[in-house]
Amino acid sequence: MAESDRRPIDYIAVTRETYTRLGYRPYRWALNEDPPSWATLGKPLSEARLGLIASGGIYRHGQVAFTHRDDVTHREIPTDVDSAELRVTHFAFDPAAARRDPNVVFPIDTLRSLVAEGTVGELAPLALTFMGGIYSQRRLASDLIPVLVDRVLELELDAVLLVPV
Amino acid sequence: MCHQSVGLVSRAIESKGVPTLSMTSARSITASANPPRAAFTDFPLGHTCGPPDRQVEQRSIMRDALALFETMDRPGIVDLGYAWPAPWKEAALRPEDHRTPRHDTPQYQNRDDREAAVAAYGVGIACRAGAPGEIPRC
Repeated sequence: MAESDRRPIDYIAVTRETYTRLGYRPYRWALNEDPPSWATLGKPLSEARLGLIASGGIYRHGQVAFTHRDDVTHREIPTDVDSAELRVTHFAFDPAAARRDPNVVFPIDTLRSLVAEGTVGELAPLALTFMGGIYSQRRLASDLIPVLVDRVLELELDAVLLVPV
Repeated sequence: MCHQSVGLVSRAIESKGVPTLSMTSARSITASANPPRAAFTDFPLGHTCGPPDRQVEQRSIMRDALALFETMDRPGIVDLGYAWPAPWKEAALRPEDHRTPRHDTPQYQNRDDREAAVAAYGVGIACRAGAPGEIPRC
C-alpha cells in the first residue's frame, strides 16, 4: 500500500486548491483552538437513551426536501421508520451509496440492532436531520444550532451520535 | 462543510451537558472544528458509517464508535482502524469541483417525493424558494 493510502486526506487543503483553481477566495473554515466542553455519560451505554443527528440531507418520503443553499431547517424522523422511506439530497457528495443503503449516513437499522442486542439502552423516538453543506457559520449558529440544542434537551437524551457526510 | 457543521453542533450540545460523539471521514475539518469526541473512519466521503449493504461491518463500526462514550476521558479524534479498499484516495485528492448547483428550492430525490410533499404541505411550502421573490422550480 502506498504511503498516501494510509494518510487521511486533508480536505481543507484539497478544498483550498480546488477553490484557487476556480478563482474563488479560500473558504474560512471554523477553527476552534479553545477546547470543547466535556460532559460524561453518567450511566452505561446499555442503559442510555441515545439520539441521532445526521447532516447528510436525509428526509422521509412525504416530508419537504432540503434546499441546497444554506438550508438551516431540520427534519424529525421517527426512529421506527422503515428505512425504505428514507431519501437523501445533498449537493456536495455522491449520494449513490446512501440512496442504496441509508445506513451509511443515517445508521438507523444499525442502531436498532444495537438496541436489540443490548449494546445501547434505547433510541430517542425521533432522529434529527439537516443538510450540513452550510457555508454560513453565522446562520448555522443563529438559526439551526439553537433549535437542535433545544430539541436534544426536550428529548431528554443521555448521549448524541452525530453523522456528517 | 458537513463535517464542520456537525463539529459545531456537537460542541454546542456538549456545552449543555449532553455528551456527544461525531463520526468523521474528514479528519482535518473535524480537527479544526474541534468537537469533544470523534470517531474517524478512513472512507470516501458519503460512507461515514461503512460500506452499503454490509450490515455486519456497519454494526462493528458503530459498536466501536459508541464504545468511545465509555472509554474516552478527554477530547480527541480516535481512528477506528477501518480501511476502504484501495485505490480511492488518488481520485479524492484531485482538486476538482464535484458540487452540483446549489438550488434554493427543495431538491427531491424522486418525483413522487415531491408529489407527496405537495399533497401534505401544499406547493407553497413543498416548493418554496429560500429567497423571497424566487420562482419555485422544484
